Amino acid sequence: MLRFIARRVLETIPVLFIIATVTFFMMRLAPGGPFDTDKQVSKEVRAHMEAHYGLDKPLFEQYLLQMKHLLQGDLGPSFKYPSRTVNEIIADAFPVSLELGVESLAVALVLGLLAGMIASFRQNSAWDHIPMALAMIGLCVPTFVMGPLLISAFALHLDWFDAAGWFLPRDRVLPALTLGAFYAAYVARLARGGLLEILNQDFIRTARAKGAGGARILLKHALRGGLLPVVSFLGPAAAGLLTGSFVVETIFGIPGLGRYFVTAAFNRDYFMVMGAVLFYAVFVIVFNLLADIALVWMNPRLRFE
Amino acid sequence: MSRSTGLRKVTVAMLGLSALATFLPCGCGKRETLVDIGDRTQEYRVGNSDEPSDLDPQTAIGEIEHYIMVSLFEGLVIGDPKDVSPKPGVAERWDISADGKTYTFHLRNNARWSNGEPVTARDFVESYHRMLTPSLGAQYSYMLYPVTNAETFNTGKITNFDEVGFKALNDLTLEVKLHSAAPYLLSMMIHDSWFPVPVSTIKKYGAIDDRSNPWTRPEHFVGNGPFTLKEWRMHSHILVERSSNYWDAANVRLNKIYFDPEESFDTQERMFRSGELHTVRQAPPSKVAFYLKYKPDLINDYPQATTEFYKFNVTRPPLNDKRVREALAMSIDRRAITETVSRAGELPAFCLTPPDMAGYTARAHVREDIPEARRLLAEAGYPDGKNFPRVELLYNTLQNHKAVAEALQQMWKINLNIDIILHNEEWKVYLDTMRRVDYAMARSAWGADYMDPSTFLDVFTTDSGNNETGWSNAEYDRLCAVAANTGDKAARYAAFQKAEAILMDEMPILPIFFYTRPRLLRPSVKGWYPNLLDQPNFKSIYLDPKAE
Repeated sequence: MLRFIARRVLETIPVLFIIATVTFFMMRLAPGGPFDTDKQVSKEVRAHMEAHYGLDKPLFEQYLLQMKHLLQGDLGPSFKYPSRTVNEIIADAFPVSLELGVESLAVALVLGLLAGMIASFRQNSAWDHIPMALAMIGLCVPTFVMGPLLISAFALHLDWFDAAGWFLPRDRVLPALTLGAFYAAYVARLARGGLLEILNQDFIRTARAKGAGGARILLKHALRGGLLPVVSFLGPAAAGLLTGSFVVETIFGIPGLGRYFVTAAFNRDYFMVMGAVLFYAVFVIVFNLLADIALVWMNPRLRFE
Repeated sequence: MSRSTGLRKVTVAMLGLSALATFLPCGCGKRETLVDIGDRTQEYRVGNSDEPSDLDPQTAIGEIEHYIMVSLFEGLVIGDPKDVSPKPGVAERWDISADGKTYTFHLRNNARWSNGEPVTARDFVESYHRMLTPSLGAQYSYMLYPVTNAETFNTGKITNFDEVGFKALNDLTLEVKLHSAAPYLLSMMIHDSWFPVPVSTIKKYGAIDDRSNPWTRPEHFVGNGPFTLKEWRMHSHILVERSSNYWDAANVRLNKIYFDPEESFDTQERMFRSGELHTVRQAPPSKVAFYLKYKPDLINDYPQATTEFYKFNVTRPPLNDKRVREALAMSIDRRAITETVSRAGELPAFCLTPPDMAGYTARAHVREDIPEARRLLAEAGYPDGKNFPRVELLYNTLQNHKAVAEALQQMWKINLNIDIILHNEEWKVYLDTMRRVDYAMARSAWGADYMDPSTFLDVFTTDSGNNETGWSNAEYDRLCAVAANTGDKAARYAAFQKAEAILMDEMPILPIFFYTRPRLLRPSVKGWYPNLLDQPNFKSIYLDPKAE
């Protein structure tokens, strides 16, 4: 197991290197630059701005320089927000996304697992059809529809919440529901599928024959194997949830990290793009690793590989 | 277990869950909204529709930043809240020499920075020194170019700032010398680029010419405006508080202003409806018509000094032929565009400069005349649109631009029987294409930086970086230069009239409409006035709970 983890960790180094390289050159290949605005600046001014950020150097030299800074953990200044560094921006925004992500993940797991378990245990009954129909709707309704709908109902009509903002504990409820609902739907369907497969196996029949009760069969015998698909889904999903969602942050006015993934690219904020991409990449890698470890732990058959 | 009890249990479980999630907050009746509280405590809550890039008036450009910085800084002159005409700011009065080339500003003796230090003439000289320092790379440094040697210093041709026309005669007297009379100087001075900056504070936190200097953080910030920076959390909020050191603090009625940076118009509009914001810069385009019709007391849709037009690349056939450009400009129905497509109260535009720009209204107009357009097109060699080559219309990706472009495409098809191909590019790609003048026809817009026709007409001079059409006309350039160097208002405006007539005759651009700003505003906001530049005046605003 330790060797497996060590190998996976070592593998991340070339992966991150390739991601950084591709990101660097893709950003530079994109037409337009950080200092293009609808009001043209003089050549002199442009030259001074480029010199300030080292953009006047040959491209390959810039690449080496940025790689060197990245190795030192320095993500550089933001072009769009000149008095901030990318490190500061991420340090400022990430805790917000993390909090929202954890809350959404909790919503997704509680609702999704409950629905999935109930549905699989009472297959083809109303217990199955209704939660699964809801899950289908949850999957089909995008967050940019769900969010405004929830705001319309609970903030504008019932007046239980503010329409947007991130100040009070109650400001967390609607965004967490919006973001969590989509993942809950996924989790529900995956859990149902996984559990059904297990529940039809011989050892479950044996357990039933021995007189084990429904709850005991579900929780003790079926759950561990049945949740394997959910766990492998949760790896990348958690990485995505915890690093923020552009749509949900925009709808609810949340100062999280998700919006930077999109706006940094639009602004050609080269260093910010690099910082956001690498940060996300690390998360995806770490959570995939965690998911794999969990899978190995949950599925004895994998341990031999 | 019967099926129906099962169902009931599911329902109960679901209800329980949703109740758990939703009853956490108090569900008791109508709560007091943030706007209600703000009305009581004079805390004005503004939806500002984007995160400011910075709050350094010399490097931060754009309306979003401007709107906040007006509360934090004060220039020598400030804009009148109603018509943006120059009024005394830090300077309580000024003298202009007979030749119009020397301005002497007399500063108030009670003007203070937010740290309590006096605002002196030397502060202004040092600020302008920083603004013109080439290595700062200030985008708006050209706003200071009417001043003697400002341009030569800014472009590095001279290095001694003493040769530039700014001089502190004593603590309270500032002399500004111009290379030629520029009667619009005072209007220009309302702009952020003329604000003083706290040079000694800036030096404390880094190099004077370092764009990344963190002096604008709330913990370091020093300004000289009616308010001072208290909190700044990116993408969350900016909070400014009344400055007790401001010379006119007794007449400032707001205690705090809260700026919300959410960039989604829809989100801001929902915050407005739920009582989180007193005002929103811009109603979502899809909702303007609704507010104008059903909630007219909550919206103020005022004309702006911003023109929407299409640029022609006059170096490429067939648009190098003036007759083709005229035919395109004459064969569209601008009123139909503003009334049925853009629908935010815009005014159809038949010239470049918006009406009543500091008393100037262009007489030159493009006509809408379809038979004449057809005749011109035939004369250019395309009778009934036959053999008309492939022409692409470029616009930056945005729903409204697309809708307008599609409507025009249709009008040209019907009226001239020609096919224009639409092509959209993401904003920065579009800017790059425009800079290289690598297009045939392209959507564009221009907003005034200050109240004078030159802010529009100078765009299309040969040397202007914003021209981007390949169009060049010696007489036009000459007229703009005459207007720039003449002190006499009547003579200047006559030159502008002639220049605009050339522009509308040669047609390197096709004017479409003048923008309006559909601002949402609670009835409790008093002392707020709309103006052509959307220039805020936080000094005159107060909140009246009784008006709600």
